[in-house]
Amino acid sequence: MSDKKTAGIPGAELSDDYSADPSIVVYHGELDKQSRILRRGTGFLVPGIVWVALFLALPLVYLTVMSFASRGTYGQVIWSFSLDNLTRLLGYGFFGWSPDNLVIIGRSLLVAVVTTTFCILLSYPLAFFIAARPPKKRGLWLTLILIPFWTNLVIRTYAWYLVLGPDSILTSLAVYLGFIEAGKALYPSAFAVYLGMISTFLPFVALPIYSAVEKLDRSLLEAVTDLYGRGWRTFRHAVLPQTKSGLSVGITLTLVPAMGMFVVPDMLSGARYMLVGNLIQQQFSKTRDWPFGSMVSLSLMALTLVILFITRSREVGEEKRKS
Amino acid sequence: MKKRSNSTLTTFTALFCILFLYVPLLSIAVFSVNASKNGLIWTGFTLDWYMKLFANKYIQRAALNTLFLAVVSTAASTFLGTLSAIGLYRHPWPKPVKRFLDMLMHLPVITPDIVFAVALILVFSLLRTFTGLFEMSMFTMIIGHITFQIAFVALVVYSRLEIIGFDIEEAAYDLYADYKRMLSKVLMPMLIPGIMAGAMLAFTLSLDDFVISFFTAGPKSTTLPLFIYASLRRGVSPEIHALSTIIMLVTVVSVLSIQKVIGTEKAATLIG
Repeated sequence: MSDKKTAGIPGAELSDDYSADPSIVVYHGELDKQSRILRRGTGFLVPGIVWVALFLALPLVYLTVMSFASRGTYGQVIWSFSLDNLTRLLGYGFFGWSPDNLVIIGRSLLVAVVTTTFCILLSYPLAFFIAARPPKKRGLWLTLILIPFWTNLVIRTYAWYLVLGPDSILTSLAVYLGFIEAGKALYPSAFAVYLGMISTFLPFVALPIYSAVEKLDRSLLEAVTDLYGRGWRTFRHAVLPQTKSGLSVGITLTLVPAMGMFVVPDMLSGARYMLVGNLIQQQFSKTRDWPFGSMVSLSLMALTLVILFITRSREVGEEKRKS
Repeated sequence: MKKRSNSTLTTFTALFCILFLYVPLLSIAVFSVNASKNGLIWTGFTLDWYMKLFANKYIQRAALNTLFLAVVSTAASTFLGTLSAIGLYRHPWPKPVKRFLDMLMHLPVITPDIVFAVALILVFSLLRTFTGLFEMSMFTMIIGHITFQIAFVALVVYSRLEIIGFDIEEAAYDLYADYKRMLSKVLMPMLIPGIMAGAMLAFTLSLDDFVISFFTAGPKSTTLPLFIYASLRRGVSPEIHALSTIIMLVTVVSVLSIQKVIGTEKAATLIG
């Protein structure tokens, strides 16, 4: 059983009868040479893996190389490598330092954090509400959250045109309160971008938090109440520790995509409230500066990996502590 | 056990969330049957916009494109994704190899949309200079969609493989089945619901996608979301309301059928 040959291969064990030939294994009832089983596995894997490698993994490597190239006068790529794109992202341009790009990065971070925060604040009550429905009705409420999640982003964003347009109830209220002039719409504006972002990402946070809340051990909540804990303290000591995993999934699903989002700011701010996603889009569809666009994309990808790494390593840490 | 109950604030916030999600979407549906062409004032019920919609050549074309894209990419990605899942999770790979392949499989899931699109733009332009093919068109869109669908199909099929376990497979070998027989008579029939769920997810993802399509579409391969996005530049129109309402209805039907096949709980955790 504990032969070196099979070390690290789950489910593979050496057959006693064939111990004369150590290359033969029994893998879940199948008796064959290990190399032959793996050759078959390779056959299964090659089409899919080659596809993903060819159209995503290698292009990402190419994108990394491209980030350090530069743009020619006519938008062509010049393969002389420098850190120019990185310094440009940090604001150092031909005309000296300008905060434009840093403002976009800062704004993206702000939008991502505010969106995530609001989504979390709304998701907990929503999750507790659904968890308190009778078991048969819960599916229906979940479906209500799943449908917007699957609805096309362009349609969902465009829907806000109607709610925020001139003469709508919300707009009339804003006019009445003196926020805007009569006859104007509430979009394009930063306010509209926030509304659009929060409604887009609410299901991303609500669903994982719900699945954590659903499994909540309620006796702990009662224990806190018995110890005269109320409100925030119940949440802090009984709910939060138990829903951490759902919360971290929700944050991961929102924080990064929110920064890369370009549809919502494009449609609801008239491209005036630009985020990193819009900056990337601009380089590829308007100014044709692929190397700089690649550098911005690379930074976004790097940030994604960092956030994933942090949440993953915390999860692994939790599991280790539990066992 | 004490009955689960909520405070008023919780209930109020939860219902507010539902309104927040649905008021915009329902407004579209309401205005799609409003007789007034301009402005957001209700002037009476009509189905004219739907009639106009069905007569519009561009919209018909975009609808066909959308469907063609979704069907072709779903078929290809379901095939590739299922093979990958069996290859990766049903063979005795050494741990480091498995970890690497697993990472590669998850790459499309974690890459932000926009970076994904940029990577595709770059690779298509590179392939174009070498082969002369890969002009932005339906062809490149299909490739793009397959690339992100494969991973999702593989993950769904994998979760089904986990549920199936190894017992029945082992029993088949004990009864002298060879691999081919075990695969076709034992594993595949049990795997069908997982493959179906993967295909439905891939189909919905394709219909739902905007960003990848936006960057990889050619002048003749406009899909419905792209059509809507482009026409918004000319302002909102009741025809677009009607079109959006139909797309939303298709979404509702596909969400409900995914749930039928794999269960609500599962459908809710798929994204997580």
